[in-house]
Amino acid sequence: MRLLYFAWVKEKTGIAAEDVELPAGVATVGEVIGWLKTRGPEFAHAFERAEVIRAAIDQNHVRHDARIGAAREIAFFPPVTGG
Amino acid sequence: MIRVQQEDFDVAAEIARLKAGRSDIGAIVTFTGTVRDQAGAITEMTLEHYPGMTERELTRLEAQANARWPLQASLIVHRTGTLRPGDNIVLVVTASEHRDAAFDAARFLMDYLKTSAPLWKQETGPHGSHWVEAEPDDESARASWQQKRAAE
Repeated sequence: MRLLYFAWVKEKTGIAAEDVELPAGVATVGEVIGWLKTRGPEFAHAFERAEVIRAAIDQNHVRHDARIGAAREIAFFPPVTGG
Repeated sequence: MIRVQQEDFDVAAEIARLKAGRSDIGAIVTFTGTVRDQAGAITEMTLEHYPGMTERELTRLEAQANARWPLQASLIVHRTGTLRPGDNIVLVVTASEHRDAAFDAARFLMDYLKTSAPLWKQETGPHGSHWVEAEPDDESARASWQQKRAAE
């Protein structure tokens, strides 16, 4: 599974992208966030206010309760500020 | 049509291209978003985006606008990379037979773009850099279109 991070989420985790093996039982976006928070202080800091983090599965916006299913790519980012 | 690019755009040239070879268009609305210096507080603005998803979102929004209004042509151009005060950021052009559809669709596209296109602004000034916070007003602007839709 490829994970992508953007804007301040990327700055806080210190990486833009990585390939990970998700632990068994991690089935939703929210559960991925819960697991990411256990991966060290940078991740704990980046996902501290989990409720503000937005996510996309295979480049489609999803909510935290979305199931991962056969996702190839999950992205985590702050609320968007383009335009 | 949508484009995500680092290069600047020329509004007049974009309109000319959109009109080229046709005389059925009666109304063209353009919106251009530019970088403000905010009284000297901003010296640079960097736009980061999610390559692939940005194009996908803009294409989806353009299709929604075309399904909702009788547009004859539309264009969204969004820049990424490092910009300076005064620089162009985003362009929306809508063309229709009559002005209402063009005005409404242009506003709809901007309101939706601001809350769904995966782009993030980082501002740099004399005291360092920070990521721009999302505006709650942007979310209400988008929600108002959903209410209008429900009322139709």
